[in-house]
Amino acid sequence: MSATVMQAKLWYAQRISAMILGICVAIHLLIIFYAIRGGLSAQEILGRTQGNIGFAIFYEVFVLACFVHAPIGLANILQETFPKSGLAKPSSWILASLILFLGTAAVVGVFTGGQI
Amino acid sequence: MANIDLKVRVWRGSQEGEFVEYLVPRNPNQTVLDVVTYIQRKLDPTLSYRFACRVGMCGSCAMTVNGVARWTCRTHVSQILQGDSLEIAPLNNLPVIKDLATDMREFFNKWKGAVGFFKGSQTRHDDFAKVIPDSAERQLANAGIECIGCGVCYASCEVVESRPNYLGPAALNRAWTLTNDVRDVQQLARMQAVAGDAGCHACHTQGSCTERCPKAIEPTASIAGLKKLVARAAVKGSKWGKL
Repeated sequence: MSATVMQAKLWYAQRISAMILGICVAIHLLIIFYAIRGGLSAQEILGRTQGNIGFAIFYEVFVLACFVHAPIGLANILQETFPKSGLAKPSSWILASLILFLGTAAVVGVFTGGQI
Repeated sequence: MANIDLKVRVWRGSQEGEFVEYLVPRNPNQTVLDVVTYIQRKLDPTLSYRFACRVGMCGSCAMTVNGVARWTCRTHVSQILQGDSLEIAPLNNLPVIKDLATDMREFFNKWKGAVGFFKGSQTRHDDFAKVIPDSAERQLANAGIECIGCGVCYASCEVVESRPNYLGPAALNRAWTLTNDVRDVQQLARMQAVAGDAGCHACHTQGSCTERCPKAIEPTASIAGLKKLVARAAVKGSKWGKL
């Protein structure tokens, strides 16, 4: 695949993931407003999330959209700001791995209640 | 209004140089080009600048006036005067040859780089091609077709400034009008030329080109059109083939 085709595909992936993120962020904010009505405690959060498969799927989609979206943006910024540094690719892969690993770990954590 | 002299600071030199101040009589309906012409004809004949038509058709007289790129022949002094001073410099993002004249070769070479030229398949012996005026393609091409190649958008573009190989708003706008020319036969080559780091996907959609274009063209919208078209062609393919 040529670099230009790759660039066009990455742009497309970032655009689609931005659309998903837009919806996810809106729902996420509504959930926050709903969740903090009666104060916020770990017990209360886990009470809602533990074993709730709908919740887990929603937040994993959120994580995956971030996993696609943020590293592409970071790579673009680094490539433009420090074009000769070679930072763009490794940094974006590190960020992508962190988002995927930490995000999924968080989703699994609140879904299982830290049982595994 | 008359009898009050304008204090005009004009860039003298090439890449290295300095602003020199001239006093120019203020006249009603005076354009910035009138001011520059007065300096060259009455005060300092060594001042270099470029103009041709004086009526906003040729695109040769663009300069940076009070920090903003403008066509000088149709910019009235009264529209932009700050106090009694004007500052006139060559266009940004282009090498300066001398004083107010920039080297525009790179600007026009990028049009070529974006396959910004027409190539059809018919000869003079064929009948006229029929392009329906109301068709979607013709309407999209119409929106960007009036470009006069003045370089104002290119000089105003932050991406050109930070990424010198970026094709720039004018070249991409031209590519978009040709993409919507149903007679053109270089569509795939053009999409390949405008894709990628130096092409449409580098645009930040900041909109300075659209804000400053003296012909009220919207290169930002043209580039957005190219972005979608090229990305779809890379992922799903297009009516001209896959990238």
